Amino acid sequence: MPKDHGIGASVKRREDVRFLMGLGNYTDDMAIAGQAHAVFVRSQVAHGRINKIDTADAAAMPGVLAVLTGEDFKDVGGNPTGWLINSRDGTPMREPKRPALAHGKVRHVGDAYAVVIAETYAQAKEAAEAIVADIEELPAIVDMAAAVADPSNRVHEEIPDNLCYDWGWIEDNRAAVDEAIKNAPHVTTLELVNNRLVPNAMEPRASIGEYFPGTGDYKLTTTSQNPHLTRLLIAAFVLGIPENKLTVVAPDVGGGFGSKIYHYGEEAVVLTAAKKLGRAVRWTAERSESFLSDAHGRDHVTRIELACEKDGTFIAFRTETMANVGAYLSNFATVTPTFLHGTLMAGPYKVPNVYVNVKTVFTNTAPVDAYRGAGRPEATYSLERVIDKMCRELGLDPFEVRRKNFITTDMFPYTTPVGLAYDTGDYHATLDKAMAMADVAGFEARRAASAAKGKLRGMGLSTWIEACGIAPSHLVGILGSRVGLYDAATVRVNATGNISVMTGAHSHGQGHETVFAQIVADKLGVPEASVEIVHGDTSKIPFGMGSYGSRSLAVCGSAVTRAIDKIVAKGKKIAAHMLEAAEEDIAFENGSFTVAGTDKAKTFGEIAFSAYVPHNYPLETLEPGLEETAFYDPANFTYPAGAYICEVEVDADTGKVDVVAFHCADDFGNIMNPMVVEGQVHGGVGQGIGQALCENTVYDENGQLLSGSYMDYAMPRADDVPFYNVDYSCQTPCTHNPLGAKGCGEAGAIGSPPAVVNAVIDALQRGGHSHVTHIDMPVSPARVWAAIQG
Amino acid sequence: MYAFDFEKPKTVAEAVEALSREDAMALGGGQTLIPSLKQHLAAPSALVSLTGIAEMRGVCTGTDGALCVGGATPHAVVATEAAAKYPALAALAGNIGDPAVRNRGTIGGSLANNDPAADYPAAVLGSGATIVTNTRSIAADDFFEGLFTTALEPGEIIVEVRFPIPQRAAYAKFQQPASRFALTGVFVAKTANGVRVAVTGASENGVFRWSEAEAALSADFSAEAIEGVSVPAEGMVGDLHGTPAYRANLVKVMTQRAVRAA
Repeated sequence: MPKDHGIGASVKRREDVRFLMGLGNYTDDMAIAGQAHAVFVRSQVAHGRINKIDTADAAAMPGVLAVLTGEDFKDVGGNPTGWLINSRDGTPMREPKRPALAHGKVRHVGDAYAVVIAETYAQAKEAAEAIVADIEELPAIVDMAAAVADPSNRVHEEIPDNLCYDWGWIEDNRAAVDEAIKNAPHVTTLELVNNRLVPNAMEPRASIGEYFPGTGDYKLTTTSQNPHLTRLLIAAFVLGIPENKLTVVAPDVGGGFGSKIYHYGEEAVVLTAAKKLGRAVRWTAERSESFLSDAHGRDHVTRIELACEKDGTFIAFRTETMANVGAYLSNFATVTPTFLHGTLMAGPYKVPNVYVNVKTVFTNTAPVDAYRGAGRPEATYSLERVIDKMCRELGLDPFEVRRKNFITTDMFPYTTPVGLAYDTGDYHATLDKAMAMADVAGFEARRAASAAKGKLRGMGLSTWIEACGIAPSHLVGILGSRVGLYDAATVRVNATGNISVMTGAHSHGQGHETVFAQIVADKLGVPEASVEIVHGDTSKIPFGMGSYGSRSLAVCGSAVTRAIDKIVAKGKKIAAHMLEAAEEDIAFENGSFTVAGTDKAKTFGEIAFSAYVPHNYPLETLEPGLEETAFYDPANFTYPAGAYICEVEVDADTGKVDVVAFHCADDFGNIMNPMVVEGQVHGGVGQGIGQALCENTVYDENGQLLSGSYMDYAMPRADDVPFYNVDYSCQTPCTHNPLGAKGCGEAGAIGSPPAVVNAVIDALQRGGHSHVTHIDMPVSPARVWAAIQG
Repeated sequence: MYAFDFEKPKTVAEAVEALSREDAMALGGGQTLIPSLKQHLAAPSALVSLTGIAEMRGVCTGTDGALCVGGATPHAVVATEAAAKYPALAALAGNIGDPAVRNRGTIGGSLANNDPAADYPAAVLGSGATIVTNTRSIAADDFFEGLFTTALEPGEIIVEVRFPIPQRAAYAKFQQPASRFALTGVFVAKTANGVRVAVTGASENGVFRWSEAEAALSADFSAEAIEGVSVPAEGMVGDLHGTPAYRANLVKVMTQRAVRAA
């Protein structure tokens, strides 16, 4: 009988009641008395010099309250970058200013250079069209190789080669890797593109700025994954508002996938306008604005070399990548292609030599930053694709090659040549599990059945690993992070015994309100219904770093656990006093404080009541109240891993690929809520299949986004994905956090793209198209057909 | 969208009168026009809705046995009400867009717009249907004049579309991955007077009849009959979803699939 409550139970998500019944409270749902509406004016050219912006006609139009341009923000700070990366030669990265509104130049289509604020949205929209901008169009810089090669054309005048940095990891490995590859019995080389993705959260970005002249307080309601981080950036770097005079609220947020980690200029603009006008100023992105101005994901061009023995034993991996950051540095744009990518380039393998070079390049395109998986999908895709190619070149079994090279259970903790220390894992176990789930032995019969109906069937494998639960602070500090990466939670036991838990983590679809409540209820022996999770409001929650990098459970969940430990410890002191026993004799179990060896007991509720009505209480040694806060800074990353097997059918006449089976055997460590984990894997794999087969972000040579709407940007739909076969029974608990949890939010998006592409190549090879060794994502019907034609 | 007047006449005559106003535009189901208005791509003085005209709605059988579809009939109605008499047409209508599109979009609106990737033009041209307007009858072969261009005069309204019923017919569509419009769609109809093959989505000039395939299929109505026939890539659409050569391939593949399904 499966558990029906507490840790490990598939408790239904309490938040779904309001989400599914239309009762959520999103930023755009909020109506504020006296609110005015902002419409941003965005560049229609990719690169241009702003000669003059004539706002007079717009300002005179009905209902218009204010028109602001980059000139109004030229003296406030730029939107900063959260991570310093040094180039191979030791020089720091180039950090051009990112203004709230474009000033001097526009640098990508969609770059906002003015804003109109009016009584109504329609008035603001019409007035925005009346702004006359004299923008002298400059040649667009779109292709990364050309950007670096041509110093005469610059996204930022002060950066002659459009290069942010040229990073080597680990530079000390470079010579040894070069030598190993030169002398290796076999080298497989693969050039590939990790396609740029538009995040497409269901809820577009939205922000409401308010200013309260009576107190001088500001309030920003916004679509954020981390309200405290947004507050810090706006307060300390952009607008110079004292941190304690700014409240940032991120209410229900309809998906982020990374794109809502970052502070965006629109947030600073609505706050500034609110103060100027003395009215709330609101903005909600149109979908086309989301396409043009949300931080995009991926966009790497990579050449990877795999050196090995003839039996497939790995000798060295060498990667050269160009990573597109777009026109400006978004907050974590510099760490995503470096430390979130290069450090994963050993995979789950005992490869002795690895070197990664990443050149990160400015172009006249939308900024690129972390998107579900953030660097780890890029690393996994490069590795798992080149391994697959090597197996074909040497005629080796892809399953056996993985087994031959896996780090084994007796080798943990294991330090890779790219600097990570894996604490635990069992890669053979997840591969065994996936192969059993996929009935690998039965593939030939399935292939024959597909062939009988005219389809080419293929099977693809990916054995992935990631580093998540991002932290610890002292390590990320050494690596260039400008913030700490702990998280925080406050557990407030109310006088009546129910519990409010304030978390730094923010839930925008993940299910924290359910899962954190399960943890608290389980550990305190109280009903889940008596636990409320409060998040998303800087005036209520402790300073936590928010949700991204699959860190909410591993980091903030650990903070919750530590705070509960403090509650229990204090409860024992109170119980000892009330029960007239020694503190060390008090046990806490199933919601009851007992004196060991006696039948004397106090319930959790009695202890809570006593803490707030301290008539019989050790006031001379103990403060009243029962509220504890914990900040948790992990000792290491966590290392989820798994094996994914995908089967596809390819229609060779049209090139259409159907994913007909997808098997996931994951090791997420301990599981809090299996249903939520399955949902995360389903969503992640769906996004991965989207990247592999559908999603194509295309800028033309003039920097125009050709795939700027759902008419041309193919999101995966229900009929693009199969019924998933998901397993998480292979569990090697994390060794360094109190929950033993590793994190599962990004796994699906990390592990699945290479499994899909490997399966397509397998189908074509088995189908007689042996000349096809690689197809870049998205593996669209047209690309598959063209590859078959040769 | 910019402000406009809205009228919903009850008769064709009233609609013609309303459309005589300068910069007035006819509104069918609004599946193209309303998004265009939202994007400020059109600024009509008035929208004249045609969906309140009873004589323009519904499916019936004409005295000559043809299937008559009112110009303001939504796709979803055609999908169900034409199913018995002309299943190939009903299946096409039932696979346009999504349920919201099918319950708003109308056959007249689709034909008057003549989107080069729309489904209905293939059915109308492939069936050899007749477009009946408030002033005249137009043969399908004379109606489509290239991208978003038709024989309709300003203010002319599609009142009805008459489909002769073929002996066998089918529509095969390969969807564009994002929009799910036809990347290439082929409607094949076998009639007493020979086979008609109409292709949408593929050509730079919009829907067209593939005469080589028609000749081959009129002689032998089988997928194999066009094995040796192909359309040139020249003149086919090339975009981020496929090259002209890819579309030329799809024309043949989807024609063969339509023949097999017919």
